[in-house]
Amino acid sequence: MLELKNISLSVEDEFTGNGQKEILRDVSLTIETGKLVVVTGPNGGGKSTMAKMIAGILKPNQGQILLDGEDVTDLDITQRATRGISFAFQQPVRFKGITVRDLINLASGREISDCEACGYLKEVGLCARDYIDREVNASLSGGEIKRIEIATVMARKTKLTIFDEPEAGIDLWSFNNLIDVFKNLRKEINGSMLIISHQERILDIADEIIVIADGKVMARGKKEEVLPELLREDCQYCVGGKGRRVVQ
Amino acid sequence: MNDITKKLLSMISDISGEIKGAFNIREDGGCAGRQSTENVDIIPKVGQPGIDIIIKPNTKEKIYIPACVTKSNVDDLVYNDFYVGENSDVVIVAGCGVHTDGEEDSQHNGIHRFFISKNAKVRYEEKHVGIGEGTGKRIINPQTYIEMAENSYMEMDTVQIKGVDSTKRDSKAVLQANAKLVIKEKIMTHGEQYAETNFAVDLDGEDSGVDLISRSVARGTSKQMFRSVINGNTRCTGHSECDAIIMDKGVVSAIPELTANDIDAALIHEAAIGKIAGEQLIKLMTLGLTSEEAEAKIVEGFLK
Repeated sequence: MLELKNISLSVEDEFTGNGQKEILRDVSLTIETGKLVVVTGPNGGGKSTMAKMIAGILKPNQGQILLDGEDVTDLDITQRATRGISFAFQQPVRFKGITVRDLINLASGREISDCEACGYLKEVGLCARDYIDREVNASLSGGEIKRIEIATVMARKTKLTIFDEPEAGIDLWSFNNLIDVFKNLRKEINGSMLIISHQERILDIADEIIVIADGKVMARGKKEEVLPELLREDCQYCVGGKGRRVVQ
Repeated sequence: MNDITKKLLSMISDISGEIKGAFNIREDGGCAGRQSTENVDIIPKVGQPGIDIIIKPNTKEKIYIPACVTKSNVDDLVYNDFYVGENSDVVIVAGCGVHTDGEEDSQHNGIHRFFISKNAKVRYEEKHVGIGEGTGKRIINPQTYIEMAENSYMEMDTVQIKGVDSTKRDSKAVLQANAKLVIKEKIMTHGEQYAETNFAVDLDGEDSGVDLISRSVARGTSKQMFRSVINGNTRCTGHSECDAIIMDKGVVSAIPELTANDIDAALIHEAAIGKIAGEQLIKLMTLGLTSEEAEAKIVEGFLK
């Protein structure tokens, strides 16, 4: 179980140069073990910042992060990764010389067989033979690298997996498969998943939906309670995004 | 052949046990073994140190020409000339290892010239290493001169990863019509090492092409200099790329010089020098690696 208690983050305002800009304000939430939680809300509302904070990439100014009761607020990225947190980046990183095989091996913490690697790649719709020894560099398209990113976190099999806008950059064909990927992953590892998304079809597989806007939790509840409001043109949850649907 | 030579050979080549095919092993300025074959003649030069390697037309073979310096206070200079016959397809494994055990410096200066005939294909591998407990500097200064006839192809892979204190590499090539040259260089320097690379290529023949790719890592207070001169004298393509990671207080300079002397010469230079991207470290840390492990992995991949 993951708990965020009164998390706040302010950064120096880049545009004005004076004063602090609040990115997250007093955010508290819980992700129960085994649950699939989708976080949505307008762009710039603080969703990715919160996800990075859970992975240890950013540190809060205030508040506490607990993983299965352990306070991980002061642990670094590596320590949180070894405690069982995985993070799939919205914009995956490219490397010169590091291959898909290298990344999957690093993710699973051992040398895995071709057959096993093939399984992960197949699940994200890539032919293992064509990709396993390819470098994760600029020659891969946005969609390809995104699928590889998802395959990598699948190989980690951790108790909490975070996906930051997994649909971004993914074509329609693989989007259909993406839903299955989440369902299968959930079945296989029996862990918690936190997905940041604007896609109705991803929201539709959530146990719980959290709406974050303007750095605050604006709504939180079962899918059946939150989704209908989100689908309205003038969704009341979305400060700053009013008049525009945040869900596509 | 002494034990240090054996160790150096295992580091710079895939030689172990008996070598099939033509070879010449140079040890401390002398010859530690030589063998010609039906198609490859290795002949010592008269009047200067070195050998002529004469490869008959249509030959398909792997040839070993490594050089080792096993002690301090050796100043080795060698001239090796390769004559590659038409339609041949050969792999030449050169490479140099220098071991110092005392205070005096040791150096190997290898001057290799290639005369590649029409339609011939050459893969040239050159790995440089330095080992030993001595404080004497390990110095390797290779010079390569390449003449490529019509339709010939050469791929040159050079690697210098460890232990060489100072190196100055000069490579020059002249390409005739349709000839293609690919040079891949990998260098890692540390401590106070210095590495300098100078490439100069004349694209004289129509549709000739060159691709110079350098990947390097400079750590400690080491310094590297990469110069690439490409002259496009006719319709041709030239590309040079210098990609470097700097760590600690390492310094890398990249100096390209492209000259298009013909309206149809297409020449490109790319250079990227910088520290390891923070996001790369973060990504690997989210997979459970420490920042030191992540750094090592990124460097290992970069120089793979």
